[in-house]
Amino acid sequence: MAALPQGANVWGGLAVLFDTPAKRVAAIAVVLAAMIVAPLLLGPYATVILTNALLYVVLALGLNIVVGYAGLLDLGFAAFFAVGAYTVGITTLHFGLNFWLALPLAIVFAIIAGVVIGTPTLRLRSDYLAIVTLGFGEIVRLSARNLRETGGASGLTGIDSPWLFGWHIETPLDFYYVFCGLAIIGVVASARLANSRLGRAWLYVRHDEDAAEAMGIDRVRVKLAAYIVGAIYGAVGGAFFAANLGAISPESFSFQQSVLILMAVILGGMGKIPGVVLGAFIVILAPELLRDVGDLRLLIFAVGLLLVMLFRPSGIWPTGGRK
Amino acid sequence: MTLLDVKGVSLSFAGSKVLQNVDFAVPAGAIVSLIGPNGAGKTSLFNSITGFYKPQQGSIKVGGVETMRMKPHQVTRLGIARTFQNVRLFREMSVLENVMSGMHCRTSAGVVDAVLRLPGQRREEAAIHAFSAECLRFVGIEDGWHRDAGTLAYGWQRRVEIARALATQPRLLLLDEPAAGLTAGEKQELIGLIGRIRDERGISVLLIEHDTGLVMRISERISVLDHGVMIAEGTVREIQTNPRVIEAYLGVEEGEAELAG
Repeated sequence: MAALPQGANVWGGLAVLFDTPAKRVAAIAVVLAAMIVAPLLLGPYATVILTNALLYVVLALGLNIVVGYAGLLDLGFAAFFAVGAYTVGITTLHFGLNFWLALPLAIVFAIIAGVVIGTPTLRLRSDYLAIVTLGFGEIVRLSARNLRETGGASGLTGIDSPWLFGWHIETPLDFYYVFCGLAIIGVVASARLANSRLGRAWLYVRHDEDAAEAMGIDRVRVKLAAYIVGAIYGAVGGAFFAANLGAISPESFSFQQSVLILMAVILGGMGKIPGVVLGAFIVILAPELLRDVGDLRLLIFAVGLLLVMLFRPSGIWPTGGRK
Repeated sequence: MTLLDVKGVSLSFAGSKVLQNVDFAVPAGAIVSLIGPNGAGKTSLFNSITGFYKPQQGSIKVGGVETMRMKPHQVTRLGIARTFQNVRLFREMSVLENVMSGMHCRTSAGVVDAVLRLPGQRREEAAIHAFSAECLRFVGIEDGWHRDAGTLAYGWQRRVEIARALATQPRLLLLDEPAAGLTAGEKQELIGLIGRIRDERGISVLLIEHDTGLVMRISERISVLDHGVMIAEGTVREIQTNPRVIEAYLGVEEGEAELAG
């Protein structure tokens, strides 16, 4: 049996770093070691920032499945992030649910929201999806702002930090390692999906919907699958975000949040996992690193973004040749 | 036994009648051609059969199952595969990945199977790979499977498209002008390939083709469409001598010469 095809080129040329088992073990060991040591070397402030960056890695990987793999423009991704966060907030505070019971519930609600929004709109051409998701994002934020259950504009506070087999996940360092774990799961799941029957179907549909239909691919169903998988990533990110901060408010889930996540995906390079990871780190770390220049930092960041879009429209990460 | 049965199909776009009360059938195991002048409605009939167009009237049955209200992917699942007039490969994907797309409707692994790499999913991936490889070899493509499909020479792209259609495991293969743009040698190979598709794989073939010489050599039955109306149906000899066909096709004398192939 010949080697299976590499499928989608999601590693953006990085595949050479782990194409043999020995290299693979080495690469994994280096990444894990760096992840474990980083907070110890960089101190508590950096740990919090890195945790935030890892959260965005998870969110951006989720949006990458929608935008990068399936080619659907989603402008309201923060809605799923909100669904995850508020499900955990409400069920743990109002109903006294354990975090680990609230988490699957968050996923279920995200799936339901994905089906409700996706089923009617994914039949249409993708431009409509952008508008509908934009609206959906605002609906979720405004609902959260105005409902009693969601705590209105001030949001929810006092969300308990979870326990895992006797380990109380409460310090920033604990959460840093939890988010490391989530990011790793996110990367592995993304890579496996890209290299599967469904992952290929996303590319077929993105390249030529009619030809894909003629090959027996139900384009609506396949797109819905991408949208829902993205929603699950968003909800998981949101659930742990709520547990980490212990407090959530509607303004964490604004349109700007959706744009920031989309920026991470586009900036790094749509459809390429290392690119998306890089993009997530840039959108979180760049404003921090530019803190010294004070008022100018957002301007410099914006100019940098424009330059990237002008000179590397397919993202910072190199395209990487196919064998 | 009739594999494809089209009855009384009428299709119009914004008042212009593209197909008028068309009756048409493909027997199981046959190689059938659909010919006619440009704009006669041949590709529209293809698109109606494959579910891309929704005719206003009539009935289209595949193996006795009504497909008029089905979506294209459902028709494919039922056993009708097609190629496109202007080759429509997934250009930036590899040759092998292109052919693997055909296996999508014969497999079932979903998100959970893919993320967890369950044994069933691994077996299915191996089966997709093996069958796609077999289809590629069948059309005579032995290597270069990892090249982007868009970088292949035109004649090879046509072959990949046929392999991709075969990977859907069809009962009936619809070829829309498969010989267009091919060299004489490639046409010769195409004739052999179409014969083998029917003889070795038991797949019926329906083709639209302008190269009448090729049509006359390969077809068992021919149907002639003109201005959306089916004007003749019969064996090669019957069509060659049918005065209505000769007239519709090219005008009297030239038509006779053309059809004699």
